[in-house]
Amino acid sequence: MSDKFVVGYDGSVSARRALEFAVERAKAQGGCIVLAHVLEWSPYSFLTPKELEERHKRRREEMTRAEEQINSSVAEELKSAGVPVEVVIRYGSIADLLGKIAAEVGAVQIFVGREGQSALEARIFGSVAGALVQTSPVPCTIVP
Amino acid sequence: MQRIYSTFAAAMLALLPGMAQAQAFGDQIDSIFAASTGWFVNLIFADVFGVPWIVSWLVIAAVVFTVYFGFIQFRAFRHSIELVRGDYSDPNDAGEVSHFQALATALSGTVGLGNIAGVAVAVSIGGAGATFWMILAGLLGMATKFTECTLGVKYRNEYADGTVSGGPMYYIKKGFAERGLPLGGFMAVMFSIFCVLGALGGGNMFQANQAASQVQAVVGVPAWVTGLALSVIVFIVIVGGIKSIARVTEKVVPFMGIGYVLVALLIILMNANMILWAFGEIFRGAFTDSGIVGGIVGAIIQGFRRAAFSNEAGIGSAAIAHSAVRTKEPVTEGFVSLLEPFIDTVVICTMTSLVIIITQQLLIDAESGRYILNEAGRIATASGATGGVPITSAAFGSVFGWAPYALALAVVLFAFSTMITWSYYGLKAWTYMFGEGKNKELVFKLIFCVFVFIGAVSSLGAVLDFSDAALFAMGVVNIIALYFLMPIVKREMNNYLTRLRSGEIKKYN
Repeated sequence: MSDKFVVGYDGSVSARRALEFAVERAKAQGGCIVLAHVLEWSPYSFLTPKELEERHKRRREEMTRAEEQINSSVAEELKSAGVPVEVVIRYGSIADLLGKIAAEVGAVQIFVGREGQSALEARIFGSVAGALVQTSPVPCTIVP
Repeated sequence: MQRIYSTFAAAMLALLPGMAQAQAFGDQIDSIFAASTGWFVNLIFADVFGVPWIVSWLVIAAVVFTVYFGFIQFRAFRHSIELVRGDYSDPNDAGEVSHFQALATALSGTVGLGNIAGVAVAVSIGGAGATFWMILAGLLGMATKFTECTLGVKYRNEYADGTVSGGPMYYIKKGFAERGLPLGGFMAVMFSIFCVLGALGGGNMFQANQAASQVQAVVGVPAWVTGLALSVIVFIVIVGGIKSIARVTEKVVPFMGIGYVLVALLIILMNANMILWAFGEIFRGAFTDSGIVGGIVGAIIQGFRRAAFSNEAGIGSAAIAHSAVRTKEPVTEGFVSLLEPFIDTVVICTMTSLVIIITQQLLIDAESGRYILNEAGRIATASGATGGVPITSAAFGSVFGWAPYALALAVVLFAFSTMITWSYYGLKAWTYMFGEGKNKELVFKLIFCVFVFIGAVSSLGAVLDFSDAALFAMGVVNIIALYFLMPIVKREMNNYLTRLRSGEIKKYN
């Protein structure tokens, strides 16, 4: 079985760099890329009644959109380049879920970019990379 | 959309130019209502054996459900908290409506002026003892909430596009059909009519009215300014679909609620030496004649009344919000919802009452130990304040000078979040009757916004009485239905609890 590399991918420039870095490793070792896209979500946020009613519908739309975007942009590209790829889309806290996904698929490493899409938030609440390093079950590579 | 905005602006502008006109218009409506709906109000609030029968109706229902479900509110309390915490939520359902979210939204509809103003009225008429009966009624009401919210989820409509609609009108219709009972459709429509009226009154005009008068009293802003501002903001949120405002309040309100409880706790702790005395007063007032009008019975009525009116258990409104949760087990939402009367009445209302008692707002005659009554038959207050919010405001203000300002802000925000939640309840009842569709929904939403303004500027005694009556008429229809449908809930509950005990239903983490 080939080694699996989980890449935290959100479409940002730094995630793209992390992906390219991981792809090189995967090619060299004959591994497979697991594209992990996490939609930030907390079950303890507050919603209006209207949002409650539409939540299931919105979730479905968000999932489809995310799948389409990732498939059309990077997944196809990687496949055509001959790199085996899996796509995992989840809701929750990013750092927490990347670790979980890695454990589930039996990955050997996680790759993330140093900055996600929202640098400001990262500054206030701590970065994904920082949190991931603390909790990851497997070695982590943070790509600058 | 552009046209809607301009229509609304035109309507509001037409109302504006002479407040006198708007007020005169309001008074005119009021007298028409007084003449034509007085019988209905008198019927709903009529006394039977010296107690408004609607209060007995709600409390008896709560006792029946408590006994029928074997004191489920106590047996399942821990499990309810575990459910809210998400211990039993499937991680693959992340991104769907969680138990916590459904509970928080339903709470934002019930936690409001009743917790601040209503409690003050209750203890200023019924004395400290009313608190005891209020807590008892709150604890019993948990079983009612459990029953209605379980049914709300079980019989909701799930549409192909993924949206859901639920509430008493749906469980009355479908549940009655399932059990082969007649009149389900008729009762569902009756419920919907009362729900629309209740939403416009208790869920709208009353809130706007109290918020505007409180802002006027504390900051001196005229009622029409607050009314107009509230009306426009509500319009932007429910018609304009600007979610950010709603989201901000939905975030601020829970913190306001927590802040309110914390400040109350702080005041209680600062008077720690009075705590035992305060509880002594509560028990003394609950079981002996403390000098209030009506004696012990007076205290019981005020306490029960406050609890029933505050947590809305049995009214059926919360079932509408709770039915959106993502769960395979309807009864789990019942468990979660039973925390609602607990938080609303047993915690928040009790805090208000303790602060009023502990800061010694209620004047007691030193010699006889009985309350001193004013000419209106209410207990005289240390500050001289009468009426709901002013008494609470004076109690908090006697310890912290800034408290009345914070309280005025809390009143406005609570009122606003209650309005947003009730606009949704009203809308659901409206679409149940008239069908879904952009234009039909818009009609209701525009009416709702205009009523915010009318509610803020006029006294509207009769209109408010009528809408209060409508609110409780919801409870009449709903509870009749609950009696017929409770075996279904019991089956669900027993089935679930058996699987929980056998370990078939497991925690995810």
